[in-house]
Amino acid sequence: MSRLRSQAFLLPVFSVLLGFAVGAVLIVAEGKSPVRALGAFWSGAFDGRDAFGRTLEKATPLVLTGSAVIVGLRAGLFNIGAQGQLISGALFAAYFGYRVGGLPGPLHAAAALAVGGLFGALPAALAGVLKATRGVHEVISTIMLNTVIVSITEYLAGTPWKAPRAAFPRTPEIQESARIPRVGGLPTGFLLAVLAALLVWFLIDRTTTGFRLVTVGSNRHAAQYAGISVGVVTVGAMALSGFLAGLGGAIESLGVVGHFESNSSGTLGFDGITIALLARVSPRAAIPAALLIGALRAADTALQFQAKVAPEVVDVMLAIILLLVAAPMLVRAVLRLKAERDGGELQLTSGWGS
Amino acid sequence: MDAPVPGRAGTPGPNGPQGTQFDRRSPALPSGLVRSALVVAALATAAYAAYAWDGLRTQAVLGFAIRFATPLVLGAMCGLIGERSGIINIGIEGQILASAFTGFLLASTVGIAAGVVAGVLTGMALGAFLALCAVTWRIDQIIAGTIITISAAGLTSFFYRQGRTIKGRMPTIEIPGLSEIPLVGRLLFTNPPITMATMLLVVALHVLLFRTRWGLRTRAVGEHPSAADTVGVNVTLLRYLNVTVAGGFAGLAGVFISLESSSTFERNISAGRGFLALALLITGRWRPFLVWGAALFFGLTSGLANQLQFDQVLDVPTQFVSMLPYAMTIVVLAVFAGRVRPPAAAGQPYTKE
Amino acid sequence: MSASVDRQGTPLLAARGLTKRFPGVVANADVDLELWPGEILALLGENGAGKSTLVKMLFGLYGADEGEIWIKGEHVHLRSPADAIARGMGMVHQHFQLVPVMSVAENVVLGAEPSVGPLLDLGAASRRVRELSDRYGLAVDPDAAVEDLAVGAQQRVEIVKALYRGADVLILDEPTAVLTPQETDELLGVMRGLAAQGTGIIFITHKLREVLAVADRIAVLRDGRVAGTVTPEGATESSLAELMVGRSVVLSVDKAPAAPGDVVLAVEGVSVRDERGATAVDGVDLVVRSGEIVGVAGVQGNGQRELVEAICGMRPATAGRVRIAGEDTTGSGPRHLGEIGLAHIPEDREKHGLVGSYSVADNLVLNRFFSPPFALRGVRQRDAVAAHAEELVGRFDIRTPSVSTPAASLSGGNKQKVVVAREIAAEPKVLVAAQPTRGVDVGSIEFIHSQLVAERDRGVGVLLVSAELDEILSLSDRIYVLYEGRTVASFDAATVTREQLGLAMAGAAATPGEPERGSGANEADSPI
Repeated sequence: MSRLRSQAFLLPVFSVLLGFAVGAVLIVAEGKSPVRALGAFWSGAFDGRDAFGRTLEKATPLVLTGSAVIVGLRAGLFNIGAQGQLISGALFAAYFGYRVGGLPGPLHAAAALAVGGLFGALPAALAGVLKATRGVHEVISTIMLNTVIVSITEYLAGTPWKAPRAAFPRTPEIQESARIPRVGGLPTGFLLAVLAALLVWFLIDRTTTGFRLVTVGSNRHAAQYAGISVGVVTVGAMALSGFLAGLGGAIESLGVVGHFESNSSGTLGFDGITIALLARVSPRAAIPAALLIGALRAADTALQFQAKVAPEVVDVMLAIILLLVAAPMLVRAVLRLKAERDGGELQLTSGWGS
Repeated sequence: MDAPVPGRAGTPGPNGPQGTQFDRRSPALPSGLVRSALVVAALATAAYAAYAWDGLRTQAVLGFAIRFATPLVLGAMCGLIGERSGIINIGIEGQILASAFTGFLLASTVGIAAGVVAGVLTGMALGAFLALCAVTWRIDQIIAGTIITISAAGLTSFFYRQGRTIKGRMPTIEIPGLSEIPLVGRLLFTNPPITMATMLLVVALHVLLFRTRWGLRTRAVGEHPSAADTVGVNVTLLRYLNVTVAGGFAGLAGVFISLESSSTFERNISAGRGFLALALLITGRWRPFLVWGAALFFGLTSGLANQLQFDQVLDVPTQFVSMLPYAMTIVVLAVFAGRVRPPAAAGQPYTKE
Repeated sequence: MSASVDRQGTPLLAARGLTKRFPGVVANADVDLELWPGEILALLGENGAGKSTLVKMLFGLYGADEGEIWIKGEHVHLRSPADAIARGMGMVHQHFQLVPVMSVAENVVLGAEPSVGPLLDLGAASRRVRELSDRYGLAVDPDAAVEDLAVGAQQRVEIVKALYRGADVLILDEPTAVLTPQETDELLGVMRGLAAQGTGIIFITHKLREVLAVADRIAVLRDGRVAGTVTPEGATESSLAELMVGRSVVLSVDKAPAAPGDVVLAVEGVSVRDERGATAVDGVDLVVRSGEIVGVAGVQGNGQRELVEAICGMRPATAGRVRIAGEDTTGSGPRHLGEIGLAHIPEDREKHGLVGSYSVADNLVLNRFFSPPFALRGVRQRDAVAAHAEELVGRFDIRTPSVSTPAASLSGGNKQKVVVAREIAAEPKVLVAAQPTRGVDVGSIEFIHSQLVAERDRGVGVLLVSAELDEILSLSDRIYVLYEGRTVASFDAATVTREQLGLAMAGAAATPGEPERGSGANEADSPI
């Protein structure tokens, strides 16, 4: 029993190490020094209050999008559109933050956060309703909605809600009362994110609502037989998932950037999914996973300027880590460990029709 | 073992609700052809009527539709072959992106033809990787597809260098005689190679899927792999083969994007078209001609919207125009999707008992 | 019994010392077997005895760990079904291996398709199917989609499939499990006909009656080994059952006469549609009183599943009313029904009855996870759940390493006991048991039957829906017969005969002139 448990802990760790190894290989292939890259990583992500603060800042939306994807997956739903929901939350929180006046400090910020969560929940809930009533697979609907969201937010930030005299589409700065402050130089938003992740863990693991959610995810038919409304759980899980992602966006706008700017990156930012899978769909494990990836992303500039390494190497490393985490048999093969009866592969989704 | 679950007349087998008449069995020769001929005739009439009314614009919009549809159709064909074999591929986006990249790279260093070959091979290599993940390693197929997409995005951005240009250009092929026909001549018979090839590939795929042994076995493997296994069809081999070759289609879509419809590569140039292709696949009920129709419809909508905006008939922000296909996909899926019937075994790894 | 068994020359099939191991269990050990041309060999054994595993080795689906196989005198190593098929083996599987969306012809020729150049020649396929169908008396329509066919017809397709490939040996794995008595007789006739033409047949079943009716020899498997090989002349149902289980078996249940009280379940004119929108249940009336077991007999596919789902809140009724203890529960969901005293043992325990990845303990509270003591104000109380599970595991003799073991690792019989335990522990007023002993070993069957009788003696009204006639006859106090969605007959269990039930199940008790149900029924189908 303990061998299995230690394997459950060690395998993700080894996956990360192997991912780093592959990253090192790529860096060498580019003619650069992996040792310098590692040094740049350290100084960019951990060395000093600024760096560590950056890491926490980057980790914050990751904790939340990771939790968002986890909530969906536990209910048998693949919310691949968390990034879009995050953007939606970011915009509307920023709007509330600059437009709505007259509220005292903490209340304004809290309300703005709630608005952000709400506008992340709405598109996700829509996808949930489409799935529950029309059988539309959420992978497709959330991805389509992502593009729609990006278009709408670009428009809003570029025309009606545009900051006057801004050179690119962005909203005006939020009011002081809506800001989420740093405490001791470290972003409070991160604590909020951690709190949210722990609440999600408690919900899923300890409550009857969580039991319903996981039952629907494990066996829809048995859930129906047990009197659980699959449709309600589907919509609810998607809404919660979207809320968490929207909250992540809201914290970005209110605690980090101070406004919303449309930087349509094109990619859909699959980081939330990577986190969810690295954490093997456990909300508590999403926190260290998010810290890792947050650190890697925080070291972006350092990698680029100190070690002259293209920061996209991180994307490749993440893909490798994801591959290894999703197929532990590969790690075992590399490390020559014995397998349990079933390989321990994550089987999350069951096709279009389920 | 439990006793068998029966499928009696009037009650469904284990595969759930019935789709439409379309998918029950191979289309019988006379009525299917007649139906299709009628549809084609109706469309042709509408097109020519519009052409008579405003030749220039009709040609522009229809031409746009065909160009818009081409990479989507190719991506959807990739997904179709895979899903008909039982493997869900959401990594099409990654395959397209990676192929656009390698195609562009080879085209800028060696030549266009080399670029096309490189792109197709890239698509196939990623297809083989998907097969490895899904069939041998039995990784959840949605995760496998995600991995492919993330890796492709990461690797292409990592190795991207600005300022390259391709050597040479894609020629425009004109079919003698046929290309003289008004409207249709320009639209269908005067095209660069990949656009031409796409139309032929759709026809070929339809024939292959519904009229050959390979097609029958493929469909069996996607609906009920153990039935195929027990009559001696090699499920694993067929899935590997199909998904790899299907990757070539996605590869073609990639090189279309970087070499034919434009002559450039940028980060994330695929812009979600791989996912749009998946939606078209479902809308088209995993049938080549219907998928083609769906893609053309989307191209048409997008083209019309663009044209109307250009003529300043419609006064909407550009963002709304570009998001139109995506919003429409959702609407169409909401209306149609609930009633479609995917290949029954798609998404599930096959275990020999 | 065929007079045509030819024991001169070489046997069609011979096996020595066949052994197959899976992790943790030996499925077959040291099995010897012989099959002669024209012979019908029955393989008898209870669930889990190793019959399916054995024939899968003979058909190349599994590789034998030890032992050897000869086909028509030639020593063979079968690596796949293709090998076996090439040597004249054919198999009709317990779960049909047919592609539902494809036509009969396409299914028959799959893997050995006739072609014209690169293209399929489905016309030739159709013709060939008709030829075989005529030659062997197996009526099938080559162009029909398999999913539209009745079960008996689908089975015929499977047989034609084997014959198309030139099978000299035909293995039938539990073929009669889903057939009416009439269809079963037809199948036995087909088997005799094939044997008369020289085909050797291996026939797996757990139904003692059929074995005695048609087999030339009977091999009984127990725990993976051959417990004995007998001829029907020298055997009775009891002697066979004893060989199967290794001890004397009670074939019928001892029960005191029923003392029924008030009506606890009333179904009034209920109609239900299936997933395809066709009428599956057409105006059914039935009544269950407290303290009695009411059996619903009928071959699967006649609306039982939909009827049970409608009563238990999993499917809407399109007409009629359901009343439980006087309350109109038409349209209520399973949760409310559970609260007013309905318990449901579902037909498909894997799909509905259990969450495989959950522990035994969680499965045991699946019906009450939200109530105290298992949850307080929305927070689950794990200790209470575990304690409850320990108690039930003891009371119902559920074999599991612990209550936190995932339910998926239990055997079929123990899984079913989990479901039964859970439902009975809720102390219901009405217990609906659908196919409660399907795929369950004999020991567990005995146990479950005794639990059902105990519930009835406690005053519970039990509705027993089963395709196993013996089960219905031995447990029920009253019996309804469901045919094409209607209750076509009702009997007093003490006085009814098997023949009466069989006729009713085949629709012979239906009023002449009823319109035929189901879409596109073929004339080629059996009389149903």
